[in-house]
Amino acid sequence: METVKLDYIRKAPKLSAFLTSLPAIFRDRWRLVALVFATLVLIPVLVVISSFFHPEKEVWQHLYQHVLGDLLLNTLWLVLGVGASTLLLGVSLGWLTAVCQFPGRRILSWALLLPIAIPAYVTAFVFIGLLDFTGPLQGWLREAFGSSDWFPRIRSTGGVILVMSLALYPYVYLLARNAFATQGKRALEAAQALGHSRTSGFFRVALPMARPWIVGGLMLALMETLADFGTVSVFNYDTFTTAIYKTWFGMFSLDAASQLASLLVIIVFVLLILEQVSRSRMRYTQAGRHQETGRIQLKGVAAWAATLFAVIVVSVAFIVPLVQLLIWAANVFAEDFDSRYLGFLQHTLMLAGIAAVITAVGALLLSYAARRNNDSLTRTCVRIATIGYALPGTVLAVGVFVAIAWLDRTLLQLLQPIMQIEAGMLLQGSLLIMLVAYMARFMAVGFNPVDSAMQRLPLSLDDVSRTLGVGSLTMLRRVHAPILRGGMVTALILVFVDVMKEMPITLMTRPFGWDTLAVRIFEMTSEGEWERAALPAVTLVLVGLLPIIFLSRHGNLNE
Amino acid sequence: MFSRILSALLLSVFTISAAHAADEVVVYSARAEQLIKPMFDAFTKETGVPVKFITDKEGPLMERLRAEGKNTPADLLLTVDAGNLWQAANAGLLKPVQSKVLDANIPAHLKDPDNQWFGLSIRARTIVYNTKKLEPADLSTYEDLASPKWKGKLCLRTSKKVYNQSLVAMMIAEKGEAETEKIVNGWVNNLATDVFPDDTKLMEAIAVGQCDVGIVNTYYYGRLIEKKPDLPLALFWPNQKNSGVHVNVSGAGVVKHSKNEKGAVQLLEWFSSENGQRMFADLNMEYPANPAYKPDPVVAGWGEFKHNLINVAKAGELQATAVRLMDRARYK
Repeated sequence: METVKLDYIRKAPKLSAFLTSLPAIFRDRWRLVALVFATLVLIPVLVVISSFFHPEKEVWQHLYQHVLGDLLLNTLWLVLGVGASTLLLGVSLGWLTAVCQFPGRRILSWALLLPIAIPAYVTAFVFIGLLDFTGPLQGWLREAFGSSDWFPRIRSTGGVILVMSLALYPYVYLLARNAFATQGKRALEAAQALGHSRTSGFFRVALPMARPWIVGGLMLALMETLADFGTVSVFNYDTFTTAIYKTWFGMFSLDAASQLASLLVIIVFVLLILEQVSRSRMRYTQAGRHQETGRIQLKGVAAWAATLFAVIVVSVAFIVPLVQLLIWAANVFAEDFDSRYLGFLQHTLMLAGIAAVITAVGALLLSYAARRNNDSLTRTCVRIATIGYALPGTVLAVGVFVAIAWLDRTLLQLLQPIMQIEAGMLLQGSLLIMLVAYMARFMAVGFNPVDSAMQRLPLSLDDVSRTLGVGSLTMLRRVHAPILRGGMVTALILVFVDVMKEMPITLMTRPFGWDTLAVRIFEMTSEGEWERAALPAVTLVLVGLLPIIFLSRHGNLNE
Repeated sequence: MFSRILSALLLSVFTISAAHAADEVVVYSARAEQLIKPMFDAFTKETGVPVKFITDKEGPLMERLRAEGKNTPADLLLTVDAGNLWQAANAGLLKPVQSKVLDANIPAHLKDPDNQWFGLSIRARTIVYNTKKLEPADLSTYEDLASPKWKGKLCLRTSKKVYNQSLVAMMIAEKGEAETEKIVNGWVNNLATDVFPDDTKLMEAIAVGQCDVGIVNTYYYGRLIEKKPDLPLALFWPNQKNSGVHVNVSGAGVVKHSKNEKGAVQLLEWFSSENGQRMFADLNMEYPANPAYKPDPVVAGWGEFKHNLINVAKAGELQATAVRLMDRARYK
C-alpha cells in the first residue's frame, strides 16, 4: 500500500525580504501574468470602490439607523445556513458517489450535478408557487383538512436557505467528489491501517485531505450567495444585495450603493485571505499515481438509504422545478416559440463557449503563477483576480462599463485627429467587452477547480523536470496538463453554465441584437410573466445539461 | 479549416458595432421587448424610419448613458414610472423638446414641466378586493386601508418596487411626510402576511382568502383575469371624493447627446398619435395618455375614474424621501 503524505511547510512572512525583492517582481513572467489578470478584475472593482470619494453621509445615516442591522443579521443567517447545508449535502453526496457503492450510483453521481443548470431564482419561484399559501399543496390541505396554518412558511429564512442550498450544493459536491475519487479510498485505508476506525479515518484523514477542494466549492457557493439578487428578491428577503439595489434605484445613490458593495467585497476578501493563510502552511501533494481501488460496498438498509437520499436531492432540486417549467413552457410554446430562438441559442452558446475557454485558460495561468511564486504579492493578486464573483452582477457590470467607456473616450481623443473617425464607440458594443466582463465575474469559478487540481502536483515533479532541462511552458503542457485535465474540464463547464445563466452583465454590455436566452428570461420576468419566462428558462436548462453530462463522462472524476 | 473558424471567431469578437445609420433611431428601453417591438415595427412600416433598441433595467440604462456621455448611440430613453424619468432628467441625461404635436397630445400633468420627457401611457395603481368577502361599500380610500378595521386583512407588494415608492411619494406631495408616515405605519400593522414580490402573487393571495384587499396596477389584474376569469376579484377606484386614483406613466425622453434628435422626436410624436397610443396602451392593458383616445374595451369595462392630477414628476422628486419613510415604517 502507498503511503499518503501530508507535508506541513512552515513559512514565516518576511517583510524585508519582500521589499528587497520588489525590482524582481516584474522579472518573473508568471508573476506578471498574475498581475495582468488581477488588474483586469481590479479595474471594475476599483471603479466600485472609488465611490468612497463621494461620501453619502445622509444616506448612510439612514441606512445605519433603519436598514443595516437587519440586513447584516439576515446576511449572516443566510451565509451560515447555506454554508452548513451545502457542506452537508455536497460532502456527504460526494463521499457516497466517489467512494461507496450503492444501487443507482452511476446515474446518480452525474444526476446530482444537474441542479446547477437551473438558475436559483427559477427554483425559488417554482418552490414558492408550489408551497406558499396560494399554492396547490396548501390549497389541497385546506380543502381536505380545513386549514393549512400549521404548514411551515416557505417565504421565510428557512425557505431561502433551503432553495439556495439546493441550487448551490453542486459546487461543493463536484469538487468534493473530485477530491474523494482520486484519494479518498486510499486515505481511508491508510488511516485504517494505522488503527483508525472507518468513521474516525473519514473525519481525521480523508476529510482534511480533501479540504482545498471542499473549501473551494464552499467559497463559490458562498460568494454566489452573497452576490445573489434574483433569489432573495423572489423571497423578499433583505440582504446586502437588496439594500444595494434599493439604495441605487430607490434613493438614486449609486455611490452609496457602491459603498455598500465595497463593504461586501472587503468582507469576502478578508475571508479569502484568512482561508489562504490557514491553508498556506499545508501542502497537498499526491504520492504516486492514482490507482483504481475497490469501492466500499454499502449493504442492505445503508445501501438503499444512500440511494433514497440521493434520489430525494435530485428530485427536489432538479426534477420538480424542471417539470414545473416544462408544464408552463408547454402552455406558451405555440404562442411564443419562433425562429428567433435559434438566434438566442446561438448567441448563448457562443458567448458561454468563448467565455468558458478564456476564463479557464486565465484560471490555469493564474493558478500556475501562484504555484511558481508563493509570495504574498502573487497570492494577493490571485485573490483579487477572483473577487469579482462576490459582487452583485449589476454593480460589477456598471464598474466594467464605466471603465470601458472611459477607455473609449480616451482612445477616441487620441485617434480622432489621426484617423478621422466619427464620434462613436470603439470598444463598447464589441463582444470583447462582454468577454472580459464575464471573465472578471467568473474567474473564481474557473480558478477554484483548477487550483485544487494544481495542489495535486508534487513540487518535486517540477524539480525533476527542470533538471531534465524542460522549460516552464513545456513543463505546463507536457508534465502538468495531464494531471490538471479534470480540474480544467470542471472549470470549463462550470463557467459555461454560469455564463449561460448570467443576466446583468449580458444585459448591460451586449451589442445590439445580441439577445440570449437569459435576456429573454429577463424580458418576461421583469413584467412578472413567469410562465412565459419558462420557455427560455427550460431551453437554458436543457442546453446546460449537455456540458454537464459531458463533464460527468470526460472529467477524470468518474471513478 | 480550424484557422478559418478561428479567424471568423476573432473577427466577430473584435467587430466594432456598425456606425450609426443616418436616419435610424436608437432606443434604450426599460420597457420589455414584447411590449415595444410591435410598436417599433409598426412605426418603421408607416414612416420608413428604422429603429434599433436594447433593453435593460432603468438603473443600468441610465448609468450607461452617463458613462457613454457624448459618444452614446442612444436617441431615446424609454422607461416605466415617472420616478425613473424624473431621475434621468435630473441627472442631465435628457434634453427639452419643443413639439406642437406633443404639447397638444399629452396633458400637462403627465409630462416633465421642462418638456424633457413625456408620459405615453397611464397606469393606475388602485385597490383590488375579494368579491366573496367585501362589498364596494366597505372600501373608500388608500388612507382608509390603514385603519384598524383592516387588521390582518391587507396584502401589499414589497416597498422595493418603484410603483409603491411612487404611490407613497405622491401621498407625501399631497399630505406631507408626517401624515403619510402614519398611513404607511397603519398599512404595515394591518398586513395579513409578508409583503409579496409581485402584484400577481398578491392578487392570488386575495383570491384564496389569505387576505381581503390589496393595492395593484390595473394591467396585472387584467392579465390575471384574462387567464383565470373565475377568480373572485374586482377593482375598486379609491379617493373619488378627493384627490383621485394614483396614476403613473410609462414614458420617454430624448437623450441629451442624441445624434438623431429629429428621428427621436418623430418617434415620440408617433407614440402620442392614434396608432401609437393604441399600441402603447393596449399591448399591456394600460390607459392611453392622449385623452382623445379611449382605452381597450376590456380596460374600459373596469369603469371610469377620477385621476390624481398632481404632476407625476413629483413621484421622482420625492421618491428617495418615500423610500426612507417606508424603511422607517419597516415596510419591507
